[in-house]
Amino acid sequence: MMIVFDILLVATIIWIAVGSLSQRQMFKSVVMFVIFGLFMAIAWIRLSSPDVAMAEAAIGAGVTGALMLDAIGHLRRSETPYASAAEPEGGEPDA
Amino acid sequence: MPERPRIRLVPLAASLAVFALVLRAVHALPDTATGLSAEMTAGAKASGIKNVVTAVLLDFRGYDTLLEIAVLMLATIAVLSLRTDPDALSRRISGVAGPVLGALTRAYVPIMIVVAGHLVWIGSSGPGGAFQGGAVLGAAGILLALSGFARPRWSSGAPMRWVLAVGLLTFIAVALLPLALGGTLLQYPDESRKSLVLLVEILLTLSIGASLTSLFLASASDTSEGERR
Amino acid sequence: MTTYDVYVAGGAVLFALGTYGLLERSHLVHKVIAANFMGSGIFLVLIGLANRTPTPEPDPVPQAMVLTGIVVTVAMTALGLAIVKRYFSETGRTTLDADEKPGERR
Repeated sequence: MMIVFDILLVATIIWIAVGSLSQRQMFKSVVMFVIFGLFMAIAWIRLSSPDVAMAEAAIGAGVTGALMLDAIGHLRRSETPYASAAEPEGGEPDA
Repeated sequence: MPERPRIRLVPLAASLAVFALVLRAVHALPDTATGLSAEMTAGAKASGIKNVVTAVLLDFRGYDTLLEIAVLMLATIAVLSLRTDPDALSRRISGVAGPVLGALTRAYVPIMIVVAGHLVWIGSSGPGGAFQGGAVLGAAGILLALSGFARPRWSSGAPMRWVLAVGLLTFIAVALLPLALGGTLLQYPDESRKSLVLLVEILLTLSIGASLTSLFLASASDTSEGERR
Repeated sequence: MTTYDVYVAGGAVLFALGTYGLLERSHLVHKVIAANFMGSGIFLVLIGLANRTPTPEPDPVPQAMVLTGIVVTVAMTALGLAIVKRYFSETGRTTLDADEKPGERR
């Protein structure tokens, strides 16, 4: 019976991965990526590798998620003011 | 909202090709493998490290782990050299945290440090070890930084660099030690094997935690720069 | 069909999906995420294969390799994102497409 669970779990993981890559809003992509990491941790438990599961949950979902949220926050924050601020400082002053 | 699916030919061909290659590689393997479980378990029993995965990581295949820590160090150095703000590691991040996050951080960070220590210690007999402990330590560091707590000045100067490097340096020293005693690289003497592994693990945990925090903080400084614009 | 077959096949699909995303998606953060999926796919294949042993516990060597791989992946991700951010502050672009106007939403 566990094989049904395994198939469902793998299908869910792939579905989340597809979802993450097909979002237009980066925030949704990153959130789905973090969820992906948590499902991967369940997969490691099913494959009886608790060491890998712990590392995945802490590093794969936690630290990587924080890094990505920070990165997209940076990209988004500067997105609007950039157009106005870019002219004086980024406009090839000595061209 | 999801984009309308639009399949491109070249990426699709490349992806099908790698899929076929992976399946072919897997198919070429025999259905049941003897694996190295028996040898590793016997070896681990001899060394006194009951968690076989930890024994493989730090003892039997210590070379992999040594190079891995070197990769992590290189990435940290690269990210630190890409930062625009030299004080990035000790700058206070403000405007993210509210009172709830502050209070939770106050309660959680000490627990996380204890959990990290526990994971390293238990790593020789059960699931856990330097990587898991280091990851928890790194998460604690990121949480502290995000909650806007001021970090000590030393956290971006020379002392922090020593914390970052101590794991790799100790590992290299321990790896070279057998050479002086007439053995080969990473061939620990049997009687001191467990204590050497534990020493390396504890210092690696500190270094891994410090580099994960630094990887985050070095780039998070750009956030404040973005706000200034 | 056994448990490890499912995970090995899923890992292969994930690796292929990551390859597709890495080449097709234009946003650089999407590319970093796709590279992470490629890594996870290979990890699934490795741990799946580690479970082919006759004993109930899987082979510890692939487990150790995957643990190593997870740490290397986070190093790769952090460096990749740092480069993406630096690239963005130099050019104002989030893709490698030279025609993208600075600040344009993608």
